[in-house]
Amino acid sequence: MINWSEVTVINSLFGGILIGFSASILILFNGKIAGISGIVGGLFRPKKNDVAWRLMFIVGLLISPILFSLFRPLPNITIDANITMIVIAGMLVGIGTRFGSGCTSGHGVCGVARMSHRSIIATVTFILSGALTVFILRFITQSLGNI
Amino acid sequence: MLFLTSLIAGLLFGVGLIISGMTNPEKIIGFLDILGNWDPSLFFVMLGAVFISFFAFRLASKKPVSFLGQTMNIPTKKDIDLPLIYGSIIFGIGWGLAGYCPGPAIASIATINSQPIVFVIAMLIGMLVYEVIKRIQEILKK
Repeated sequence: MINWSEVTVINSLFGGILIGFSASILILFNGKIAGISGIVGGLFRPKKNDVAWRLMFIVGLLISPILFSLFRPLPNITIDANITMIVIAGMLVGIGTRFGSGCTSGHGVCGVARMSHRSIIATVTFILSGALTVFILRFITQSLGNI
Repeated sequence: MLFLTSLIAGLLFGVGLIISGMTNPEKIIGFLDILGNWDPSLFFVMLGAVFISFFAFRLASKKPVSFLGQTMNIPTKKDIDLPLIYGSIIFGIGWGLAGYCPGPAIASIATINSQPIVFVIAMLIGMLVYEVIKRIQEILKK
């Protein structure tokens, strides 16, 4: 069932378009893929002339909420996961994105835009995996609630 | 110039994530809650992003170097191998557990909330584990 009250089509499209422009700038000017896991991951094996652009991109990401809040209040966020789950989740994301060679930005945006079969399959895989994880978590919490 | 374009790209990316609500784990989990209360917003984010990027990558594929003279670092690997699959599965599990992936988490650090900060530290540890495994594999091959 679609959660109509939460869907934000205009904001989503507009934000997505900005992300698209970001990826466009990075590939057309820097010749690099805007895949966050790859940009961060590449810092673990630093190569000459390959570090500074990564740091600058990450700095841009880091200060984006500060820039945003100059114009609008930051949106409220809701996180249900407890600290233990967040630690496990972070480690799985760190390991998984490196073995999988990408995440939602690298595969889901750049790879799909390039019509790369690898990225399309990766994207479908991590979405299904995420959906199954959410399903199982919901099932567990609902079952525990019924005890 | 390269630093400026990279910085601008990072800023745009982050602002795009914030505007679209992708820095809110609840919206991500809502997207992954396909059989429950489904929030398809992430689909529209990807739609907008892929639409714009499509034209850029089409142009990029025809250029040997970028507008600033950099080599085009477009991935050439074509085969669907096991690490792609199990890596994506593992990433998906982590994504579904916390509703965070690398971009939104990093973009949320400056809000000084503990959760994205803890997530990113754990993520860096996970990436370090990957590097260790990779190096062991390389040593074993020799």
